Amino acid sequence: MRRVLVPAVFLLFACAGGDQGGGAAESEDAAGGMTSTGPMGQATVSGMVRFDGAAPANPTIDMSEEPTCAEKYEGPPTDPQAVVNNGMLGNVFVYVKSGLPDGASYSPPSTPVVLDQEGCLYHPRVFGVMVGQTVEIRNSDALLHNIKAVPTANRGFNISQPQAGMTTNRTFNTAEIMVPFECNVHGWMRAYTGVTTHPFYATSGEDGAFTIQGLPAGEYVLEAWHELFGTRETTVTVPESGSVSVEFTFSPSAS
Amino acid sequence: MTRAPAVRSALLPTLGRAALGLSLLATAMPPYRLIAQEGGSAAPGKAVYEKWCAGCHGDNGDGFGEAAAFMLPRPRDFTRGDYQVRTTASGELPTDADIRRIVDDGMPGTAMPGWRERLTPSERADVVAYLKGFSRFFEGASPEPIAFSGAPGRSAEGIEEGARVYQELECFRCHGAQGRGDGASAPTLTDDWDVPTRAADLSEYWYFNGGGTVEEIYYRLQTGLNGTPMPSFTDVIESGIITEDQLWRLAQYVRSLGPEREPEVRSVIRARLADGALPAGPSDSAWEDVEPAYVPMVGQIIVAPRWFAPTVDGIWVQAVHDGERVALRLTWNDPSRSPDPDWQEWLDRVAATMTDADGPVPTTQGPDRVQVQFPQRLSDGMERPYFLGGDSRRPAYVWRWLSEPDGVEEGLGTGLDRFAPFTGSSAVTHAASFTDGAWTVQYTRALAAADTSALAFVAGRAMPIAFYAADGSNGEGEVRGAVSAWYQLYLDVPTPPSAYVAPVLVTLLTAGLGVVVIVRAQRRGSRAASESTEAS
Repeated sequence: MRRVLVPAVFLLFACAGGDQGGGAAESEDAAGGMTSTGPMGQATVSGMVRFDGAAPANPTIDMSEEPTCAEKYEGPPTDPQAVVNNGMLGNVFVYVKSGLPDGASYSPPSTPVVLDQEGCLYHPRVFGVMVGQTVEIRNSDALLHNIKAVPTANRGFNISQPQAGMTTNRTFNTAEIMVPFECNVHGWMRAYTGVTTHPFYATSGEDGAFTIQGLPAGEYVLEAWHELFGTRETTVTVPESGSVSVEFTFSPSAS
Repeated sequence: MTRAPAVRSALLPTLGRAALGLSLLATAMPPYRLIAQEGGSAAPGKAVYEKWCAGCHGDNGDGFGEAAAFMLPRPRDFTRGDYQVRTTASGELPTDADIRRIVDDGMPGTAMPGWRERLTPSERADVVAYLKGFSRFFEGASPEPIAFSGAPGRSAEGIEEGARVYQELECFRCHGAQGRGDGASAPTLTDDWDVPTRAADLSEYWYFNGGGTVEEIYYRLQTGLNGTPMPSFTDVIESGIITEDQLWRLAQYVRSLGPEREPEVRSVIRARLADGALPAGPSDSAWEDVEPAYVPMVGQIIVAPRWFAPTVDGIWVQAVHDGERVALRLTWNDPSRSPDPDWQEWLDRVAATMTDADGPVPTTQGPDRVQVQFPQRLSDGMERPYFLGGDSRRPAYVWRWLSEPDGVEEGLGTGLDRFAPFTGSSAVTHAASFTDGAWTVQYTRALAAADTSALAFVAGRAMPIAFYAADGSNGEGEVRGAVSAWYQLYLDVPTPPSAYVAPVLVTLLTAGLGVVVIVRAQRRGSRAASESTEAS
């Protein structure tokens, strides 16, 4: 029995084409061997996500029932909900919310995004995936995880992986910011994916930095999302080539 | 498949079905007609929905009708198209037939009744069409059922194989070692609406939401229960970790965790005369020979604070006596030995969810408790104390057991929260044990009453008996808990010596009379013969 989530983007594929100036159809994206069909540019958006204020303490996870996972940590593990280093915020999903030309469409890369479960945590915790792109869900723990996706715009699923090494592929067919993943065996486990129709997204690293490449010249609205601190928006004008900087600032209270 | 009416429904007439707004045992029913075809239409379905469904499921289909706040599990939210009981793959929409089945037959173990006898087939088809309209996911969708393989035959080896699969797939993490819903993850489970949800007690298949046959269990393993933590195991088969046959074995094993036949509710709990000594404690093997009676329990929804989400849904009662003393053993499933710090998370969620159900639910765990109640005196009529712990007019004679500290008190009740223990030492002795999500408590007392306020047990008479149970980790206590209706405890009458003498006397008498008759007949015959000889 197969999961049939027809990527809607394929349907748009025919009428889009590489009709925009500077659009490099079939160009290879540096990040993941992506085959793109929509307009692409040469510019790079470099960004920083700042955190203004005292970072909340991440909750300690009680893994006493799971020695298999607990032994992978020195001391009691914490749940990395807020990754703050030197005033910079990690695990922020940044994506182009609007500004792409009408009708621009991008086919998903053939390489999957891997969502790993190790030490009873998800890796990565926050990531992006394109509509129709495979999410390869992998269990690296020698115990049972169930993986429940709880979207609202897409259909969800709830599958089980009782062994280390098991992988399961799933796709989403509609853009959605964000789709949460949870494990009910280990109630603390959470991951979030931003499902987009285009490849212009990134997740901030532990140093708060992110890079979005290949945006065609134009004016865009970027949105930044964090699981605790809500969303921020900014407008950016992307040149034909070169680099442009953006900055987001989050504070302890959600907005 | 046939689905026996939930035993729970038998109690609803006495326990306030009006409060639930479910006229389950309707007397005026439209004539049953065979369903010609499935197709219904949404327009007439709207009226049906608003009249019969919206009270719980809400006018907008979001699961927040007026009665919803009192329910756990909550009524289905139709807006997301997430249906638990389906024949389709995990995450998929249900087929029309899937929805129709729940409308027709209801969901055991929940407040959802079957509507087969209340609504006509076309009304039910129409309401299916209408409620699909609450979710945009149904637009243009044509959900397909999974093709299931046939079940292998049942065998002892197959059940053992199923038990191994239960271990391999780690079902115990939620459902517990014996399947009683007491796994390590059980206290943390929530559904997609952040409402606390139970890992099913697999030993009570008659309360399974999707039905308790092996086939239905297998379907749930394949499809998962959308909106709940229960995942699908289809991918585990596709990954080659187990075979389809092994998943069937698992379904057979799960079914075998319950009794062979669905328990029948009988009004009489019979205490036979013990062959020798009474059982020494709740784990005494002598109890294995005592037939248990099943007593369904339902939420106490008569006096405030009412409780619609009790943990204890049934108690197995066994009784035996030796002419001098009576021993009662109660066995029931409760995933927590309260108070239990691991269940605090559960209680906090229950308290946050059930805020509208008659005031705040305490967030401090009390003990588990079970109360056995009797009338103080046996009356010749049908008069019994009020089943909720008695009242001031007619107090109940009560045995009140608490898990922490473990003890039984004997006393008089004039209400569930009005209990006056007898002074002095209790005439009731007890022992309690808790294993893998099941409590077993044995009570023993002399038949003769030590206290003038206590009931004297009499063999050969039906004595009213009722039960109250509470799970301290579920916010339950003296009033929030589960109650039963009145049952009858009947102690077998010891056979008097005359019972053995009389048959012998009767036999001798009959034989003697027979001899007399034969002898007389022979004499008459020989006399007649001699007379005829003389005459000739």
